[in-house]
Amino acid sequence: MQQIPAPLWTLVIGIVVTLISLWYGQNNNLLPVQASEQAPLVDDFFNVMVTIGTALFIVVQGTIIYSLIRFRRRKGDDTDGLPIEGNLPLEAFWTAIPAIIVVGLGLYSVVVFQDMGGFAPGGHHHGGMMMAQAPQHEMVDVGSPMLAQAGEGGSRQVYGFGASPMVEGNRPDLTVNVTGMQYAWIFRYPDTAIVDGELHVPVGQDVQLLIEAQDVIHSFWVPQFRLKQDALPGQPAELRFVATKEGTYPVVCAELCGAYHGGMRTQVIVHSLEDYAAWEASRVAELPGAAETVAVNPATMTDAEYLTQIAQDIPIEATQIAQLARLSNP
Amino acid sequence: MAQADLSFNSPVAPHGHPDKWKWYHYFTFNVDHKVIGIQYLVTSFLFYLVGGFMAVMLRTELATPDSDFLSPELYNAFLTNHGTIMIFLWIVPAAIGGFGNYLIPLMIGARDMAFPKLNAIAFWLNPPAGALLLGSFYFGGAQAGWTSYPPLSEITANAAQTLWILAIVLVGTSSILGSVNFLVTIWKMRVPSMKWDQIPLFCWAMVATSILALFSTPVLAAGLILLLFDINFGTSFFKPDAGGNVVVYQHLFWFYSHPAVYLMILPIFGIMSEVIPVHARKPIFGYKAIAYSSLTICLVGLFVWVHHMFTSGTPPWMRIFFTISTLIVAVPTGIKIFSWVATLWGGKIRYTTAMLFAVGLLSMFVFGGLSGVTLGTAPFDIHVHDTYYVVGHFHYVLFGGSVFGIYSAVYHWFPKITGRMLNEPLGKIHFVLTFIGTILTFTPMHALGMQGMPRRVAMYDAQFTDLNQLVTVGAYILAVSVIPFYINVLWSWSKGQKAGDNPWNALTLEWTTASPPIIENWDVLPVVTHGPYEYGHEPEEELETVS
Amino acid sequence: MQGTVDSATPTVVHEEHQDLRVLGLLTFLASEFLMFAGFFAVFLVFRSSIAEWPPKETEVELLLPAVNTVILVSSSLVINLGTKAIKQNDLAKMRLWFGITAAMGAVFLVGQVYEYLTLGYGLKTNLFSNCFYLMTGFHGAHVFIGLLLILGVLWRSRRAGHYNDITHTGPEMAEIYWHFVDVVWIVLFTLIYVLTLF
Ligand code: HEA
Ligand code: HEA
Ligand code: CUA
Ligand SMILES: [Cu+2]
Repeated sequence: MQQIPAPLWTLVIGIVVTLISLWYGQNNNLLPVQASEQAPLVDDFFNVMVTIGTALFIVVQGTIIYSLIRFRRRKGDDTDGLPIEGNLPLEAFWTAIPAIIVVGLGLYSVVVFQDMGGFAPGGHHHGGMMMAQAPQHEMVDVGSPMLAQAGEGGSRQVYGFGASPMVEGNRPDLTVNVTGMQYAWIFRYPDTAIVDGELHVPVGQDVQLLIEAQDVIHSFWVPQFRLKQDALPGQPAELRFVATKEGTYPVVCAELCGAYHGGMRTQVIVHSLEDYAAWEASRVAELPGAAETVAVNPATMTDAEYLTQIAQDIPIEATQIAQLARLSNP
Repeated sequence: MAQADLSFNSPVAPHGHPDKWKWYHYFTFNVDHKVIGIQYLVTSFLFYLVGGFMAVMLRTELATPDSDFLSPELYNAFLTNHGTIMIFLWIVPAAIGGFGNYLIPLMIGARDMAFPKLNAIAFWLNPPAGALLLGSFYFGGAQAGWTSYPPLSEITANAAQTLWILAIVLVGTSSILGSVNFLVTIWKMRVPSMKWDQIPLFCWAMVATSILALFSTPVLAAGLILLLFDINFGTSFFKPDAGGNVVVYQHLFWFYSHPAVYLMILPIFGIMSEVIPVHARKPIFGYKAIAYSSLTICLVGLFVWVHHMFTSGTPPWMRIFFTISTLIVAVPTGIKIFSWVATLWGGKIRYTTAMLFAVGLLSMFVFGGLSGVTLGTAPFDIHVHDTYYVVGHFHYVLFGGSVFGIYSAVYHWFPKITGRMLNEPLGKIHFVLTFIGTILTFTPMHALGMQGMPRRVAMYDAQFTDLNQLVTVGAYILAVSVIPFYINVLWSWSKGQKAGDNPWNALTLEWTTASPPIIENWDVLPVVTHGPYEYGHEPEEELETVS
Repeated sequence: MQGTVDSATPTVVHEEHQDLRVLGLLTFLASEFLMFAGFFAVFLVFRSSIAEWPPKETEVELLLPAVNTVILVSSSLVINLGTKAIKQNDLAKMRLWFGITAAMGAVFLVGQVYEYLTLGYGLKTNLFSNCFYLMTGFHGAHVFIGLLLILGVLWRSRRAGHYNDITHTGPEMAEIYWHFVDVVWIVLFTLIYVLTLF
């Protein structure tokens, strides 16, 4: 070690740390399948953070371990260490580097946020277009009286993710009203009057979810989409996405909503365009009076009846349904 | 070697109290700051077991995907009270109430706190709060999480939730009274010879902590009072069907509870700044930078709370503003971390248990802090919010940070408090078990969260079974790890090796008095002759200021 | 090491505690103010998000509270005269001014109770009345505590020499607290009453 000059060591260590960090940043495999247009944006961003984080982690831990070994007290040595009380250039350095990193990350996250559509939730609501398109009474039926209020006000804040800059101004290809209730998700398709306990969407299409909660706060999360939005009673929210990969993914409730919060799971099925059309046709055919707007009118049922009804579509166990029914209708 | 010089020749005339406290004095309304400090510490260590017991119950339930060990209601009650007890009856009273009260007067050369009676009142608000929380289990226990978001908290277990609110209001009041005391004490009660830049860094950290508590706690009180009225007196602040707004509560709650997480780490940062120089035998690196960065964290920490609400009813501009403000906290925190590492560099590091926990804390906290930074960015937080990733993050900073810090402090100051040393081999077993247990318990949680496991669930998708069982094993190791610790403390308190006044050869003022310190701390107040961390200076130089 | 003896305490071993209570009170009140700030913020959020605020059925009365405001604000001046008097060692004057302040505070509280009784709506009526009663009620409770403090000072002042030009922390603290109650009221009055005019 005596022969090799310190700057060279620093350089070597720097290169090694950089390489390890870059490698780990790309190969951490921590995130699930990417199934929406937003997912790669989030993942790339995350990988950058992992790269930076790994480098910082190795440098700090490395220094700690090195110090622990190199500067341990030897037997019989009762003297003190060097009386160093500070070093201004060094301190300026380790203030500046993190500052630059966080400013960089801050700017990057604004860009990602923008590309994900974070700046445009509710973009259409103000024009009344969306609300007009989704008949009011129908939404009120199953769930909440609150959406109606939201509609009235016209200019209430809508939360979540709206159109990404690419499709801004376009109308979505499909709108689904999502209602969270203890302990189920209900998906209503205003255009066709389909009501389901699972979310079916076509791949590659621009889908808009209008999210509401009936009783307490729930949170709509599809890990593979990297999207999450709380369903707030009394406050409308939106998620807009394009699914990029056919398949079946979990829909998870992420906000504590009561005893069976953990059981509040269902699925989103991303169909090919043909499959989606077929699914839609078959569901429409099943509707008792296909022409009527409201096919299932849960307002006239008890919660338990309603849950049993939708439970046919939800792959959860019978015991759990019994629990759910007992719970929501004691 | 000491920071101050003493005169030992003036006997004390008692001030209306005995020469020495008897055991039962520790169970009374006693105004001595050291008694209060011990009261805080012992109570909080008891509640740690209770909170830990609940955690072990949670983990046992989560060993299998189905809800088969606890009823889901009981799971939520344990979850809520685990979080509540760990925060409000363990970390806060141990770090702030316990070490704050015990050490501050000793470190600044005061005989007691500025308001001893108020101090005792502040302590005695805690036991009833604990009783309320435990008593709430008679009514099913509060089940809405430690965050208690309405409307859920307004429609489940109303009686228990009410008790929960009262308990938090009690500990909140306690913390406000405590903070008033700390601020005034540090400001006005220093020995006249101690200048602002000679105050031990623990006291600086407590200044920042107290300011933070003073400004944030009352806002939580406001939120909880509104919640209380909603539940019991028919108002509808947070009831959406009557026009109330559920998100308002979240703002009030997090305006307090984000700063609350810094309440739990700033005193620990202070402890780090005391322990590391002593056991590395080096002056602290960058005294001023560390002192000011505490204040910066305190200031910035008041303006980041919305990062807990990125997926809630939060407009875009807020998500961006709070992303950036959150990231900024990494800078002052980094300054501290780097300064401690630099303090190690070139030292003569002693592998005492206190030092092991301090260094363990350094590595754990860096990991937890970095995951915190990823959470701070809205685009990524959207994905992992309310998942086990968050649970992993905060246990890394709370367990790997705060709990490690408290352990380190106990090993460091136990000789001062009791006059006896803790057993080192047992301490090292404790450290190793805790270190391994922490990594095993809280690391896999990050992966779980990213893969899709939400938090606060009693039942989960079967694909997550393996990692959950690993976590559960880790939790059991942690549960075992406390055994050598409690045995060590109980045994050493009466039988440990005698410590002497200053077993670590430390320089801060608390080491200039006897161990345990006499009732009014010093016969004659010490005179400060130099800074608190001047290790490695020539001994002659020091002696020369004497006599 | 012989060491030096602290110059401040060469002989007196138990030096008297400095009287830091005023400082403590100020710190506490700074904190307490933030609780009210929390309520104010909630009020403002509702005010800005709800179209009709206050709703028709729960309009506020203006005259009585305005009179009450004048009483409370001027009582702050009166109590100040009281502490000024004691600083000049004029106990009788202090007792007079404190007595008047207490009376004014009591009138304020009675006025508030009267207002509650005649308004025609209660705590539960709607969101506005929720806020109204909660905020004024909490403030009222603080006025009440302030009143007790003042009465406490009056009670103690019966003892000869308890307060004089050197020791008068009690009256001083009562005054500070009373000003605090006053300041909170001014904000509250502006929010709840004055803003409804716009
Ligand atoms: C001791 C307690 C503690 C501490 C210190 C922290 C520290 C931090 N926390 Fe954490 N946090 C909690 C306790 C704590 N947290 C708790 C309890 C929750 C959950 C509450 C609940 O929902 O129940 C939570 C949740 C939480 C969230 C919300 C997540 C969610 O619910 O979606 C976020 C988001 O921003 C966050 C961020 C941060 C950040 C940025 C820090 C920063 O302060 C960290 C700074 C430290 C470092 C960054 C490491 C050292 C620095 C360097 C080595 C310098 C170089 C670094 C860079 C340039 C990046 N925390
Ligand atoms: C300082 C705070 C702190 C500490 C130290 C801990 C410590 C631990 N925590 Fe905790 N935790 C929180 C704060 C803390 N936690 C918070 C704030 C939450 C969020 C709550 C919410 O969502 O609302 C949470 C939530 C939380 C969860 C998530 C639950 C869920 O979301 O569903 C889990 C799951 O694993 C967990 C586990 C653990 C474990 C295994 C420990 C271990 O470290 C504990 C180790 C155990 C011991 C050291 C004691 C062992 C003792 C015995 C077994 C003997 C018992 C005997 C007697 C009672 C006499 N915690
Ligand atoms: Cu719905 Cu959790
Ligand atoms: Cu936070």
